[in-house]
Order: sequence, then C-alpha cells, then structure tokens
Amino acid sequence: MNFPILSAIIFIPIIGAFFILITKGVQKNVEKNSKYVAIFSSLANFLLSLFLWYSFDTTTSGFQFIEEKKWIGGFVKFQLGVDGISILFILLTTFITPICIFSGIESIKFKIKEFLIAVLVMETLMLGVFCSLDLVIFYLFFEGGLIPMFLIIGIWGGAKRVYSAFKFFLFTLLGSVLMLIAIISIYWIAGTTDVIVLLKTTIPYDYQYFLWLAFFSSFAVKLPMWPVHTWLPDAHVEAPTAGSVILAAILLKMAGYGFIRFSLGLFPIASDYFTPLIFLMSLIAIIYTSLVALMQEDMKKLIAYSSVAHMGFVTLGIFSITKQGLEGSIIQMISHGLISAALFLCVGVLYDRINSRMISSYGGLVNIMPKYALVFMIFTLAALGLPGTSGFVGEFLVLVGTFQKSIFVAVIASLGIILAAAYMLWLYRRVIFGRLVSPEVKDMKDLNKTELYILFTLAFLTLFFGFYPEPLFVTIDVSVNNLIENYQANLDLYLTKKGN
Amino acid sequence: MEYLIVLLPLLGSIVSGFFGKLIGVRQSQIITSTLVLLSGIISILIFYQVMINDYSSNKLIFNWISSGNFNVNWSINIDPLTSVMLVVVSLISSIIHFYSIGYMSHDPHKPRFMAYLSLFTFAMLILVTADNFLQLFFGWEGVGLCSYLLIGFWYKKPSANSAAIKAFIVNRVGDFGFAIGVFLIFFFYGTVNFNEVFQQTPLFIEKEIIFLGINLNLITLICLMLFLGAMGKSAQFLLHTWLPDAMEGPTPVSALIHAATMVTAGVFLVVRCSPIFEYSQVALNFVAAVGMMTAFFAATVALVQNDIKKIVAYSTCSQLGYMFFAAGIGAYHVAIFHLFTHAFFKALLFLGSGCVIHSFHEEQDIRSMGGVWKKIPYTYVLMIIGTLALTGFPFLSGFYSKDAIIEFAYLKETNIGYLCAAVGIFTAFLTAIYSWRLIFKTFHGKFNNKKNNLSSIKESPLIMLIPSSVLAIGAVCTGFLFKEIFIGEESFSFWDSSILFLSHFKHTHLPTWFIYLTPVIVTLSIPLSYYLFLENEKILKDFTLKNNFIYNFLLNKWYFDELYNFIFVEPIKRAGTFFWKKGDINTIDRYGPDGLSRLIKTISTKAVNFQSGYLYHYAFVMLIGFSLLLTFLILV
Repeated sequence: MNFPILSAIIFIPIIGAFFILITKGVQKNVEKNSKYVAIFSSLANFLLSLFLWYSFDTTTSGFQFIEEKKWIGGFVKFQLGVDGISILFILLTTFITPICIFSGIESIKFKIKEFLIAVLVMETLMLGVFCSLDLVIFYLFFEGGLIPMFLIIGIWGGAKRVYSAFKFFLFTLLGSVLMLIAIISIYWIAGTTDVIVLLKTTIPYDYQYFLWLAFFSSFAVKLPMWPVHTWLPDAHVEAPTAGSVILAAILLKMAGYGFIRFSLGLFPIASDYFTPLIFLMSLIAIIYTSLVALMQEDMKKLIAYSSVAHMGFVTLGIFSITKQGLEGSIIQMISHGLISAALFLCVGVLYDRINSRMISSYGGLVNIMPKYALVFMIFTLAALGLPGTSGFVGEFLVLVGTFQKSIFVAVIASLGIILAAAYMLWLYRRVIFGRLVSPEVKDMKDLNKTELYILFTLAFLTLFFGFYPEPLFVTIDVSVNNLIENYQANLDLYLTKKGN
Repeated sequence: MEYLIVLLPLLGSIVSGFFGKLIGVRQSQIITSTLVLLSGIISILIFYQVMINDYSSNKLIFNWISSGNFNVNWSINIDPLTSVMLVVVSLISSIIHFYSIGYMSHDPHKPRFMAYLSLFTFAMLILVTADNFLQLFFGWEGVGLCSYLLIGFWYKKPSANSAAIKAFIVNRVGDFGFAIGVFLIFFFYGTVNFNEVFQQTPLFIEKEIIFLGINLNLITLICLMLFLGAMGKSAQFLLHTWLPDAMEGPTPVSALIHAATMVTAGVFLVVRCSPIFEYSQVALNFVAAVGMMTAFFAATVALVQNDIKKIVAYSTCSQLGYMFFAAGIGAYHVAIFHLFTHAFFKALLFLGSGCVIHSFHEEQDIRSMGGVWKKIPYTYVLMIIGTLALTGFPFLSGFYSKDAIIEFAYLKETNIGYLCAAVGIFTAFLTAIYSWRLIFKTFHGKFNNKKNNLSSIKESPLIMLIPSSVLAIGAVCTGFLFKEIFIGEESFSFWDSSILFLSHFKHTHLPTWFIYLTPVIVTLSIPLSYYLFLENEKILKDFTLKNNFIYNFLLNKWYFDELYNFIFVEPIKRAGTFFWKKGDINTIDRYGPDGLSRLIKTISTKAVNFQSGYLYHYAFVMLIGFSLLLTFLILV
C-alpha cells in the first residue's frame, strides 16, 4: 500500500495539537514549545501538500490518492481522495494556517497554548472537508469546524463576542440540521453515502429538489448568501485577527466547494431548476452588501460585507455552469482567500497598535507607515478587481461565464465592480491618506518583520496569480471539464425522458 | 527590441519605487528618466522602420488566462497605429520625466513620483501594444490606477484625495461599459483577439440580440459599450467631470496623463476598433455627436474659468471632442493626427503653465497674475507657441490637424458632416478666445498678485525650460512634417491594415472661402481678445452683470457636479444606510436570530410560570385535557 498522504495531511495538525496539549511545566517554556510545535507542524503540512500538488496528475479527471477504511460496521466508509478542484483548497488551507499561527503568536495575549490547539484542530477539520469522499465523513468535518471557530470567537474575541458566537452558531446550526436529514435520506434512497458511487448514480428526480434545498440551506448560510449573511459581519468584528482570517479565507470556501462538489454533482436537475433563485440571491448580495459596505464605519465590518459581495460572484459563476464561470469562481475563491486574509491581517496590524477598528480613529497613516500603506494599497486594488491581481482573473471569468447564461444578470453584477471601487478606495483614503491628527496614531510604528514577511508573501501571490494564473488553470482544467460533461449528460438524459 | 520598449519603464519604476531611498534621489531620477528616454529612442526607430519598411510584428510574452476557449496572451503587437502611439507616449513621457526633476525639486517624495510616472508609462505602453481586448483592458485600468495615484500624490490635501477617487470611479463607470463590450464580443465571436474579432465582424452585421425585450443590433451595441469606456477615459460629455478635478495633481502629471497620453486612450480605442465601428452607422453618429457636444461644452466652460490649469484642462476636453467627431465621421487617421500634434502642444501648454505656477510660487488663479511677460520671457514665448499651435494659427501643428478635421467633416457631404464642420469652426473661435484670454490675463496688464511682489517672480530653471522647448519644437513642426504621412494622399497605404476605411473620402476641392474661413477667424480673434481682455474690460464686466445666469452657469461647469451628487452620490449613500439599518439590523436580525432567541425566551418564561407547583393548577389542566380528549373521541 502506498503512503497515505491525505491522512497524513489531515492528521498532522491534530497530532501537533495533541503534543501541545500534553506539554507541561513552567508557563513560559510551555508557551515557547507550543509555538514551535504549532509552527513546525503547520509548515511541515504545507510542504507536504505542496508535494501532493507536485505529484498530482492533472491529466485525469478521477479522484486520486484514494484511501479507504471501513467504519461504523461498514455503514460508512472513511474514504478520502482529491481531484483538481479540491487540491487547490487543500493548498489554500495549509498555506493560510501557518499565517494564522504567526499572526496569533504576535497578537494573542492570553491562553496562547489553547489558541494554537484550536487553530490546529480547525486545520484538520477543514482539510477533512476538502478530502472526504463520503457524505457522513464530510458532514462530520464540515460541522465539526463550527466548534473550534465558536471557541475562537467566544474566548479570544472582542466585547460582544458571546452574542456574535451565538448568532454564528444559531445560523449555521439551522442549515446543518437540514443537511444531516438530507444525508440520511440519501442513504435511504441510494443505499450508500460513498461520493464516488453517488456521483455515478442518478438520484430520482423528485427527491433531488428537496435534497438540493437541504444542502443549499447549509451552504447558503456558510457561504454566506443574502439574506442569511448577517452573522458574518458580527462574527468578524468580534473574532481575533487569526479567527477572521480563517473564517474569511477558508471557512467560507467550504460552502463554495460544497456547491460545486455536491449540489452540482449529485443534484444536477435540481441545480438547473434552482439557478434563477441562486442568481437572484447573488445579485442582491452583490449590490445590497456593496451598498452596505460603503456606509460602514468599522473596518472589519466593511471587509466582511465586501466578502459577502465577492462570494456573490462565486455563486454566480458556479451556477452559470460554464467552463469560464466555474473556473472563474474557483479562482475567485482562492484569490479571495488570499486577499481577504491579507485585508483582515492589515486591520489586525492597526488593531494591535491602538485597539480600534473604527475608520475614524485613523487617517494619514502613510506619513508614518509607508510600508503598510503600500501593502494595504495592493490588497485594496486586488479587492476591487484591478487587472494584474488575482481578484480580476476570477471576477472577470465569472462575469464572462454568467454572460453566456444571462446577459441581464451579468450586466447587473458588473455594476458591483463600480461599487467595489467606491467602498475600497474610500476606506483606503480615510485610513491612509490625509493628515495625521489623533495623537495616539502619531506614535504608531510601521510593520515589524513578521507582519512584513506575511503580508509581502500574500501580496506576491496575489500579483503572481494576477499575471500568471496558469498553474491554477492547469490544475482544475480536466476536473472542471468532467464536472460540466457529467452535468450536461444528466440534464440531457432528463430532458429526453421528459420528452417521452 | 520590442520587449525593451515596454520593460524599461517598468524596470525604472521598480528601481525607483522600491530602492529609491537606497540609491538616492538624484540617482533614481536619472535612472527613470534615462530608461524612459531609451524606450523613446527605440520607439522612434520602430516608427521609422514602420514608415519606411512597413515593418510589423507580434511577439508573444507568455499566456495569461486560458479557460476553455477563453484564451488571452500577453504580447507586444506592432503595427502603424501602435508605432505612432509608441512615439507619442514614450517620447512625451521622457520629456516630462526630465521636466519633473526641476518641477518637483522641493518635494520630499521624488523617487515615489518618478516611480509612478514610469509605471504609468509602462501601463500606457502595454495598452497600445495589446493584440487583444483583455491586455488593452489591463493597460486601461493600469493607467487609471497611475492617474489615481498621481492625482492624489499630495495625499495631505483632502481635495486631491477626493479628485483621485472621483477620477477612478467615473472611469470605472466607463470600464463597466468596456467590460460589457468585451463580454458581448467573447459571447458571439468566441475570442477577444483583435485580428480574429475584426475578421469575423462582417459576419455579424445583421445579427440582433434581445435585451429586456428590445431588439438591438449586435455591432451597434458592442460599439456603444466600448465607446462608453472611451468616454470615461477620454473625459467626454457626461463622463467628463473627473478631468478638471484631476488638476489637483502635480502639473507634469497633468501634462503627461491628462493631456498627452492617457486621455487619448479612448480615441485610440475607437480608432483601433475601426473595423467594428465602420459597420455601425448608428454608433459612428453617436461618437460624432458626443464629440461635438464635448468640444462645444468644454470650450464654453473654459471661457470663464480662472484657474490656469482648469482652463487648459477644459481645453483638452474640448480638443478630445474634436478627435472623437473626426473618428465619428470616419476620418480615423485625422483623429490620430490631431492626437499626435495635440500631444505636443497641449503638453507644452501644461508645462508652460507649470513654469508660470512655479514662477508665481504656487499661484494658479489668473486673476492674481499679469504684467510679467518681461520677467519670464522664455516661459512667455513657450506659452505663445503653445497657444498659437492650439488655436490653429497658420503653419503651426494645430493648423494642419484641426483644420483637417473640419475639412474632412465638410468633405463627408452628409448632414452630420456639415454639422461637425460648423461646430468645429465655432469651437475653434471659442478656443482662440479663451486661449488668448489666458495669455493676456497671465502675462499682460497690471501685476495683480498680492502675496508676492514683482521682483520675486523668477524665470524657471533650465531643467524645466529645455524639455518644454523640445515640446515647442514639436508643436511648431509636427504639423507640416507629418502631414503627408498621416493624412495625405498616400496615407492610406501607411495605415494599411490597422485602420479600416469602408468609404473613402472624395478628394474634390474645397471651396476657397471654406479653406480660409477658420484661419481667418482664428487670427482675428487675437486682436479681438486683446481688446476685450486688456483694452476695454468694462464691456465684458457689464455683460456678465447683465447675464449673471449664463455666467454662473458656465462658471459652475453647467452644474454637472451638483447634478451627479444629487442623482447618484446621495441616493447611493442613503440606500447603503437604508439597507444596513432597515434591512440587516431591523429586518433580518430582528426576525431572524434575535427574534428566535426572544421567542425561545418568551416561551421558556411561560413554561416556567406553568410549573407553579400548586396541585389544583395541575388538576385543572388535567381536567381540560381529559374533557378535550373525550370530546374528540365522541365526535369521531
């Protein structure tokens, strides 16, 4: 048997967490050792996933590195595997986690050991989501992710953290219960929860609609789509920087991944049927939340609302079910993972210095923090989708794809790019430009080494994929083709049956 | 060699931007200027090759996006149109790099300024060398970004920051149109490569699409959408509001970006897409109409402005209008010729204004100037040359290009052509009036400056005067030197494949009176303005007092800013607040999670009350339940 590389990637973080858990001794040493263990295990995991990408065969559409274990008396298989789509999300996760750990070490002031454990457990759960090829396993990982996130917000969060944590929990729980019921009914209908088998079988059309809606309710909350997005700004505002980064960069992407893998893959007929609903909700998300973002006074809220708008583009692209739309939305998710992570880190940099997230507390930062002003500018531009940044590639392709499905929808969505420019540039202007007024701000220091390295790495990748996104396209190409072919075949079959 | 043209400015920008502090101010100024100058020299060599040997090439750099059949490359495409633009961009840019060394000598952020200028040059070169719509869009947004950065260069001034954001967002409105145009092209043509699109265009002439129940001709729609982008970038009527505000940036920026190069990108786009525009008369008429409107509108506003840079800015706006209506009547080559000559004399006027502002210690109001022509003779001469060229004084460059536009409009022999010619002549008259007003108010009459005394007004340093003189030579000579190549009888073979002319212009002779009309009007305007603005100012003062409404209407730029604020900015802000407070907080949260938790709380409080512990309460409930059950059983 080959080396179980996927299991290794999933479980290395939790093993690291275990080691941190059992360290005992003098407080100071424990903290130091925990930091080393966390950094080491997350970086090792990143290298391992790079190796996974390197050995991944981009020419076949099937799942690779498949692992299989019987579990719960053969009812459920512990089955793992990746294809071109999931491997990018694995890379994103293993790349963002070390960044969160570095940032947490900088800014978390108490219970650092517990914090690192939470982040590492979180990483395992998120990786599990992207690797699992069994619905039950997927569900466990997907919902399991709630718990560490709930704790991160609830323990290390701001003043209103308890309200936010509960709001987060309430919203997501609602969707997840429905998804559990749907998974049980799939087992009852098809006799298995094995995703590889399910992707090849056609679920009876009558059931598809309900099952699709059940999955949708879970994904829509997590993504989040309008109108179930209101937990996100609150969660971001109260979460510590590292928590916001995980939330924006990876957690939201699990829902997008879910839409692609399960909604499109398992319920093609229902997906086709509900496309107008998705388009409507995405359009509202793009315009409505962009307008709301424009009026925010809290930096984190502003970026959170802009995330909702960006995710609106993702759902548009996915349900356009065209090559450009789907690839665009995958690129958009990866790029939003980098950009939103960076933007939250940028806010974190300021928050660490004078404990305020309010835009009005700042102004004129370019005078004292030129390096910060530069990186913040790069991410501002990436967020508003300037060509040459990864944000543009995703957004533009999504619109190209959507245009093929509905000209009207694409035109309205394109209005979002004007609004995005407005709220991002206005934010930048109020924070960075102008005169230095408040005395507190005058003493702020420019980026330190850790912050500089983290933000420059992110900026480099954002620009690199903006000019040369080819590595991403090569990876997803065959898998996306396969997805679309399957979808189309199912749809054609349905239409001919209906015709008879 | 082609790679170098584009990459040298980028290299300069990176060196100066990231290592400016390390290598020193002077070094970064020299490095950026030299690299751009080199790129300018290579451009001239290439232009020469194109002119003599019909050279053309298309070099692939690497591929950018490949998603299914959506394939886009980074490449450098050289054809006659590109070669002309290369010369304009890199040559004027290098002149302005050198000028900036002097103009920005007191600024603490010189390396950053040079880096932005070089970055702009890079983006503009990428724009003109594109062989597909997406790379052009990259350059398009890239120059927009640099314009944003440079307008807001003095970031401590709130007005500069507002102007920068306004420029970016108004341009985004245009880009929205551009993007829709590209989506349409890809959807129907399956490619965004220029050559492939242009070859296929004749196949789609009859194609109609239905949008919101309206039948629209595809080609017309594509053209109008692309033109919306051009309107934003070239500050055409309705989307022009950002250009005057953009004068908040340093003057070299105004010369390079907001006069010579970036704002002409819209004209370049229309000319580049001539193989599409030629198939839609509706779109061409629209282009001509917008061009005329802009030329006229901007000239009227320029008549009454008092800020020296704003006058020149509105003048730019107006001249861009000329270029567009030239393109709208199908005389693309004349539009490019005017673009070419305009780049020299308008950049000269801006640099001259820069020298004036420099001499007056940052004063920009022409009412506070006057009587200094003897103190700053070189600047005076440069400004006079620029003004003569702009107004189309015989045998200077503007004479050849602007009169050509009017003549070609006349030769078109259509109604819109005649209208264009008429508007062109009248606007030329207005142009002469406001240009000479600027000269007379600035250099002649009484010295009106209260902050400085006359003896403190000094001539600008050589590093500013020499680059301006180079432009002055251009402003004088480019007209008669390049007339034959650009718009002469043989010009169609020069433009070759890069511009499509479906209908050739008749080379019938114009009536003699028509040929002499414009130059005579322009020449007579000089004594007229001298009389109005110097000799007898009372006439105008009385006129403005009597017609206060018209004066204020012009002074406030036809109230566009107020109008847009009223119909766009304020409602959008209100909508944002409304959705946030009423939508998110008062509806979704109130009835969603908060409502749910309230509901649970209420129910549980009720449930708690229910368990009172009194036996008779329980017995009563049991009794009710029992009787209900009994009723149910009896009835069923």
